[in-house]
Amino acid sequence: MLLSARDLTKRFGDVTAVCGVSFSLEAGETLALIGASGCGKTTTLKLLNRLIEPDAGEVRLGGEEAHQLPAHEWRRRIGYVIQSAGLFPHMSVAANVAVTPRLLGWEDDRIARRTRRLLELVGLPAQAFGTRRPEALSGGQAQRVGLARALAGEPEIVLMDEPFSALDPLTKDQLIEDVAHLRAELGFAAVMVTHDFSEALRFADRIAVMQAGRVIQAGTARELIARPADAAVEALLEAPRRTAESVSAAFASP
Amino acid sequence: MFAEEWAVFPGHYAGHLTLSFAAILSGLLVSVPLGIRAAGDARLAGPVLGFASVVQTIPGIALLALMVPVMGGRIGFWPAYAALALYSVLPILRNTIVGLQGVDADLREAALGVGMTARQRLMQVDLPLAAPVIVAGLRTASVWVVGAATLSTPVGAESLGNYIFQGLQTRNWGAVLFGCLVSAALALALDQVIRLFELSAARRARRLAIAGIGGLGLILAPLLTQLSGPRAAGPQDRSFVGEVEPLSGRTVTLAAKAFTEQYILADLISRPLEARGARIDVREGLGSAVAFNALISGEIDMSVDYTGTIWATIMKREDVPPRAVMYSETSAWLWENHGILAYAPLGFENAYAYAVTRETAREYGLETVGDLSDKPLTVASDPEFFGRPEWTRTRDIYGLSGLKTRGMDSTFMYEAIASGEVDVITAYTTDGRIDAYDLVLLDEPAGALPPYDAFILVSAEAAKDRALLEALEPLRHAISSDLMRAANGRVDLERQRVREAADWLWLQITGSD
Ligand SMILES: Nc1ncnc2c1ncn2[C@@H]1O[C@H](COP(=O)(O)OP(=O)(O)OP(=O)(O)O)[C@@H](O)[C@H]1O
Ligand SMILES: [Mg+2]
Repeated sequence: MLLSARDLTKRFGDVTAVCGVSFSLEAGETLALIGASGCGKTTTLKLLNRLIEPDAGEVRLGGEEAHQLPAHEWRRRIGYVIQSAGLFPHMSVAANVAVTPRLLGWEDDRIARRTRRLLELVGLPAQAFGTRRPEALSGGQAQRVGLARALAGEPEIVLMDEPFSALDPLTKDQLIEDVAHLRAELGFAAVMVTHDFSEALRFADRIAVMQAGRVIQAGTARELIARPADAAVEALLEAPRRTAESVSAAFASP
Repeated sequence: MFAEEWAVFPGHYAGHLTLSFAAILSGLLVSVPLGIRAAGDARLAGPVLGFASVVQTIPGIALLALMVPVMGGRIGFWPAYAALALYSVLPILRNTIVGLQGVDADLREAALGVGMTARQRLMQVDLPLAAPVIVAGLRTASVWVVGAATLSTPVGAESLGNYIFQGLQTRNWGAVLFGCLVSAALALALDQVIRLFELSAARRARRLAIAGIGGLGLILAPLLTQLSGPRAAGPQDRSFVGEVEPLSGRTVTLAAKAFTEQYILADLISRPLEARGARIDVREGLGSAVAFNALISGEIDMSVDYTGTIWATIMKREDVPPRAVMYSETSAWLWENHGILAYAPLGFENAYAYAVTRETAREYGLETVGDLSDKPLTVASDPEFFGRPEWTRTRDIYGLSGLKTRGMDSTFMYEAIASGEVDVITAYTTDGRIDAYDLVLLDEPAGALPPYDAFILVSAEAAKDRALLEALEPLRHAISSDLMRAANGRVDLERQRVREAADWLWLQITGSD
């Protein structure tokens, strides 16, 4: 087992954002966190890399408990991708990608090799994009650089908070494909937060549905569709189901 | 052009630059760390910014003057430096806080997300992103400080303000202009140099950095002229061959308050002292209270003051005794309370008198102050006058409450009365302009205006030096009111230099140069 979260709980004043959440992930496995706005997905993700400290519960990575390390060292082992990409505007694309390896104290040519390779993998060759400033990138390109940055320190796991939701459908589709290739190439595990069931379906081995701070059902997409645990899960599946039906109907009868 | 000004340029410029650089650098060293702490702590940010803003609302000249008592009566570099450093804090502090708080929250979280420590985030993300805003604050601060440094003259720190203050008082507009031009040029140059450094950092352009260094070199270059050789050799270094020099090796610090007569007298008093080998340091343009406090603390060895000033503003007495009584009482009081020696009366009085044009005198039949009562006239004086007992007493005794009053700088009063803008002014009895503008001084039979005998005050420490006191002997009772007025007139009207007027006066006193 690579990552395990046990009984994670976080309160903000009166609001209990996350309440007794537990799950685990094998190496290379992907999990999607899905649920309505405000149900605690982002909070759960930040509890995993200690951007938020839990009120109760624990996180383990490769057998080590999160608090055995200083927070910054813990985070260097975990890739983190956010919706706005969050690239540092005063650094070149290459420097952005190289941030975590530098913090890890890698040798210069190892950093250079790693940076080149990752930019290549996300489809932004270093000689064309390496010296650019983030402001000179499109939204999709920026998100790719964000992905490359998250992967640069050779993490075993990457956390992604709605990484595709600010992109247009075509770019989003392309990026989901690219991440699949990257995973095949680099073999990292991932936890991705999304609102979009079809996105979760394509991306993740397993899906955890959250509601009001709790995981109300977790399993493969097939299991969720076959046996929704309650009305809330069923409601969540309703919209994608209707879309799927009308789309397949449209493709079936020209 | 400006030959006279260039002669004293190295000292004024070096003083100005040293003050400004020291203040800006200190401001930077205090503000940035404080701003960093405050940006992350709302409870600190409020009070800190509040304090800095309050400091900023204090007019520069008042802040500088306030630093003198705050620093226990010290004058010169330190109070000026302290005030200017305080002054430079706000723009840098405010911009540091604003700049840091303006860094995108997502970016700050991403910085932690990629594994930075709080310190790494500060150095690698927060500060670089806030840098343009912080540098803008630094530029504002440097322009303010270089400008405000001209105000350090009245607290006894040499600066380009010496040109301005002396020029204003002696109506030497060339000197005023010169001081303004140089300080403005310095402010702009410094601003541009900082900008060049900022641009070179942002664009990683070495050429810009070299240009910046070049600019800085230009700013500093005039200092080299000062290092090469002793201070501009001038009449100050006059030495009398063959004479004994009982004061050699001693530096005597003289105060000159900010008006013509004081500049002339400081120059005059230097002469017998220099003749005995003393080195003279004139702190010119000092405020009255500043000069007196510096005399108490011994930072000033000598000043010329006036009995009436000491009586009213230092001793806080409101009664008006006869001239001789006031002289002996102030002398005794100074000696008993502060160990200050009232060395000798110079022989003239520089009192307030109500003056009108000959025309006005005729038109309204004015001979005494009492004749002003109930006339539709406007009286002008320096703003502080109307708050003093001199005014309230004459007003009450002679029924002057019907007059309109207007505060204005004494430099402009004479033009104002000549043009008919005002009808009565309070003139100083030794002012050379009384004759030049053909003004009539009104009699004041009740003796409501106090006497103002000029005397040399010597600090407790300096008073122990017999040789010093002996050097002053030729000045005792040496200057009549007419002589002083004529000397003042040479500067104020004939546009002579202070030194020329002092030369003339010295010649009248001693019959030799
Ligand atoms: N720093 C905070 N302080 C107070 N309340 C917070 C904080 N962060 C999150 N919350 C609250 O915790 C709950 C869960 O927030 P969270 O951001 O985890 O939701 P989410 O599932 O990611 O929502 P969305 O899909 O809109 O991003 C919400 O009610 C939110 O208002
Ligand atoms: Mg969220």
